[in-house]
Amino acid sequence: MAVQTTAPGAQVGGAAAAAAPESFGTKAWRELRRFPVVPSFILIVLLLVPAIFADLLAPHDHLLGNLERVLEPPAWVPDRESERVIVQRARDNNAEVSINNARRNIDSGAGTLIDANGNDQPDIGETMVRVEPGGSWEYPFGTDKQGRDVLSRLMHGARISLAVSCLAILLGGVLGTGLGMVAAFRGGLTDAILMRIVDIKLAFPSILLALTLVVAIGSGFSTVVIVIALLLWARYARVVRGEALTIKERDFIDRARVSGASNLRIMLRHIFPNVFNTVIVLATLEVGHVIILEATLSFLGAGIPRPQPAWGLMAADGREVITSSWWIFLFPCLAIVLTVLSMNLLGDWLRDRLDPKLRNV
Amino acid sequence: MQAYILRRVAQGILAIFVISTITFALARVSGDPLNVLLPEEASEEQIELIKAEWGLDKPLHMQYFQYLGKLFRGDLGEAMAWPNSTATELIIERLPNTIKLSALALVVSGVIAFPVGVLVAIKKDTPFDYGGKLFAILGQSAPTFAVGLILMWIFAVQLNFFPTSGSGGVEYMILPAVALGYYNVAALMRLTRSSMLEVLDTEYVKLARIKGVAEWKVIWKHCFRNALIVPLTYFGLIGAVLITGSVVIETVFAWPGLGALVIDAILFRDYVVVQAVVLLFAAAFVIINIMVDVLYAYIDPRIRYT
Repeated sequence: MAVQTTAPGAQVGGAAAAAAPESFGTKAWRELRRFPVVPSFILIVLLLVPAIFADLLAPHDHLLGNLERVLEPPAWVPDRESERVIVQRARDNNAEVSINNARRNIDSGAGTLIDANGNDQPDIGETMVRVEPGGSWEYPFGTDKQGRDVLSRLMHGARISLAVSCLAILLGGVLGTGLGMVAAFRGGLTDAILMRIVDIKLAFPSILLALTLVVAIGSGFSTVVIVIALLLWARYARVVRGEALTIKERDFIDRARVSGASNLRIMLRHIFPNVFNTVIVLATLEVGHVIILEATLSFLGAGIPRPQPAWGLMAADGREVITSSWWIFLFPCLAIVLTVLSMNLLGDWLRDRLDPKLRNV
Repeated sequence: MQAYILRRVAQGILAIFVISTITFALARVSGDPLNVLLPEEASEEQIELIKAEWGLDKPLHMQYFQYLGKLFRGDLGEAMAWPNSTATELIIERLPNTIKLSALALVVSGVIAFPVGVLVAIKKDTPFDYGGKLFAILGQSAPTFAVGLILMWIFAVQLNFFPTSGSGGVEYMILPAVALGYYNVAALMRLTRSSMLEVLDTEYVKLARIKGVAEWKVIWKHCFRNALIVPLTYFGLIGAVLITGSVVIETVFAWPGLGALVIDAILFRDYVVVQAVVLLFAAAFVIINIMVDVLYAYIDPRIRYT
C-alpha cells in the first residue's frame, strides 16, 4: 500500500524519540523471540523427519521382529543382578545336576546364571547370581514382545499419526468449510437443518461415536481417517458459518453479484479467501486433538489394526508387560505427549499471529 | 424461564431420539449379528429359528419400530454375548462401578483444582504460577490412557503403593480416579485462576481489605465464593470428559464398569449391549448439558433470550 502514514507520536516531541519507527532488524528479532523454537524443534525431530524418512532412518524392520532378542531394554540400561542362589550339592556330586537344580530354583526369567568370577560353570557351594542383560545400541529403545525394534516402530508410528491427522483434518475441514459456507449463504431451512445437525453432533461424546462408527465400518487406515473427519467437520461448519454470515453482508459481495458472478463463484472466490485464515488456524489447533483421538482409538483396538506400529497400539501392547518392560509403553506415550504439546504451543502462536479473534474457540 | 427450560428439554429429547436412531443404524451395518449367535455349522432350520426368536426375519423398519417400542418400556433387549442376561441387567450390574469411579474422580479434581487454582491466582507471576501453567498445558496434551499408564507404572509397579489393576477396595480406585480426573484438574484450575484474578480486582474486595478483614477471609469468603460461579458452569464439559474418559480408563485399569462393558461388547459384536450403553452415555451427556444450561440461565438471565 502506498498510503503515507505519519507516526502518531511524531509531533509530541521528546517522548517520540523512543517510539520512533523500529528498524526491520528489531522487528524481525521481536517476532523471532516470540516464535516457539523449542516446540517446533521437537515437532521436526519427533514427527516430521521420522515420518518422512522412516524407511531410511529406521535401523530395523518395523514389522519383522528378531525372536532371539525379545523384550530387550533400552541401550542405557546396564546389566542387572537380580537374584542370588547357592548351588547346593547334588546327591551324586554331579556338577551338572547341581547347576541345573540351582537354575530351577530361581524363576525362569531372562538372564544368565554366573558366579562371582563371571564363570557360568560354578563349583558346588558357590553363590550364583542371575544377571539380566542390559540393552545394546543395536536396539537403542529396546525391543518388544516379538523382538521388534521400538525405535523403528516409533518412527513409522510418527508417519501413521501424521498421515491420519493431516488427511482427517483436510477431509473434515473441506467438508465443514463447504457446509458452513452453504449454510450461511443459503440461510433459511438449509441453515436451520445443518446447524441442528451440528448441535446434535457436538452433543455426542466423540470417542463413543467414533467407536460405534469404526465397529460399524470395520477398522483400517481409511476408516479411521473418515471417522475422525466425521468428528471434526461440525466445528469448522459452525465457525465458518459465523464468519461467512458477516462477510455476506459486505459491499463487495453485492458488487460481485451485480457483475454477474454465480453463487458458486462468489463462495469460492470471494467468501472462501476471507475465511481461509480462520480455517488454517482451526486446523493447526486441531492437530493435537486429532493425534490424541487417533491414539486413543488405536489404544482401544478400534483404530489402526495390528501389526501396524500406531503409537496408541504400541502403548496398548506395552500395558500388558508394564510390570517387567516399561520401555514399550513409555516411549510411545512420551512421543504422543511431546508431539501434542508442541503442536498446541505452535497452534497458539499461529492463532495469535493470524487470527486473534479465535481466542475463545 | 419455563419456556427456555421447555425448549432445552425438547431439544434434548430430539437429540436422544436421533442418537438412538443412529446407534440402531450403525449396529445393523456393523455385520450380521447371526455370526455371533450361531456356530458356523448351524443348519438352515436353526438359522430360521434364531432369526425368528430375535426378530431378525422382519424388515429393517419393523425391527426399528420394535426397538423403539421396547425402548419406551425400558426394555433394552437381551445381550447376545452374555448368555442369560439382558442389557438392562448388565448395565445395572456395572453402573455403580462407573458412578463410584466418576464420583471419586470428580472429588479428586475438585479437591486439587480449586485450592491450587486459588493459590496460583494469589501468587500470580511467581514460580507457583508458572508451575501451574505448565501442569495445565501438560494436562491438555496427554491422552487419558497415557496418564493412566504412567501413573500405573510409577505408583503401582515402581513404588508398589497401589495394585496395578482389577477391582476391590478403595485402593483399586485411587489411580484410575486420579487419571480420570487429571484433565479436569487442568481445565478447572485454569478457570478458577482466571475468575479469581477477575474477582481479586473488584471494588468490593478492595473495600473488604480497607475495612481490615483478614486476608484469608478476603480470599476464601469474599473472592472464592464469587469466583466459583464460572468453573461450576463448565460442569457440562466435565461430565463429557468423565464419560469419554471412563471408557479409556476402565480399559487401562480393567475396572469392571460401563466403559469396559462397551469395549467388550464391541469386540464381541454384541450390538444390543453397544446400543444400550451408548444410548445411556449419550442420554447422560444430554441431561448434564441441559441441567448446566438451565443453571447457567438461572445465574445469568441474559442467556435466556439469545
